[in-house]
Amino acid sequence: MAAAALKLDETFAALADPTRRAILRRLAKGEASVSELAAPFDMSQPAISKHLKVLERAGLISTGQDAQRRPRKLEPEALVIANDFLIELRTLFDSRYAALDAVLEELKTTGATGD
Amino acid sequence: MTLKLMTPGDREILIERRFAAARPQVWRALTEPDLVRKWLLGPDGWTMPVCTIDLRVGGEMRFEWARGDARMGLTSTFKEIVPDDRMVATEKFDEDWTGGETLVTQSLHDDGDGTILRTHILYASQEARDGAKMSGMTDGMEAGYARLDGMFAAAA
Repeated sequence: MAAAALKLDETFAALADPTRRAILRRLAKGEASVSELAAPFDMSQPAISKHLKVLERAGLISTGQDAQRRPRKLEPEALVIANDFLIELRTLFDSRYAALDAVLEELKTTGATGD
Repeated sequence: MTLKLMTPGDREILIERRFAAARPQVWRALTEPDLVRKWLLGPDGWTMPVCTIDLRVGGEMRFEWARGDARMGLTSTFKEIVPDDRMVATEKFDEDWTGGETLVTQSLHDDGDGTILRTHILYASQEARDGAKMSGMTDGMEAGYARLDGMFAAAA
């Protein structure tokens, strides 16, 4: 669990891209090499490799033992932790804090009477 | 400005966000009811008909939100108050979505001419944290991640 302690920001950024989500869906069915992952996409292997690096940094996938094939596999724990609740909580606070920005701006322009 | 959300431990959530205002101003926005009810809302159409803050150790803070027929309420009790610096309070929603009380510490940190607000939430247990639901407040809040297509289910 500690290893997953967590790069939530990187995880959310990694999940925000549709190609990367498609890669994760593919890996949910089993491990795959870079060329196998590139096949269904109209993308070069280097482009796919870039996405894989982002996913690996976020802890969402890992690279398997086989030195030749270097298969990628899903790390489901990172997904479990980035669960719906945390996404909801983040979205809620994002919206609240945007409103708080406005309140603070107003305090400044109306001349804060406090302190 | 970007919000950081972290899980430093199994029972914890830590949220950090920078504001372009000095600490005393941020403190006011966190502790004066007329200011709090302007921002401590849900994302869409929630109002805050009740917002009382008895700002002293042992004092209570009571928030009630409403949207249409939906209502939700939260009672907090202050454990520690250091003006312009930090406050610690236990919180409990009326419908107890958080599996017991949470201990919430909000602290303010100078950051150039701005302030970083750090909100640390300690849940009763890991199950409480992971099972917590914001219930009605986030209904219809389909962020972009709604498109995750049941990927979580597929991966589990």
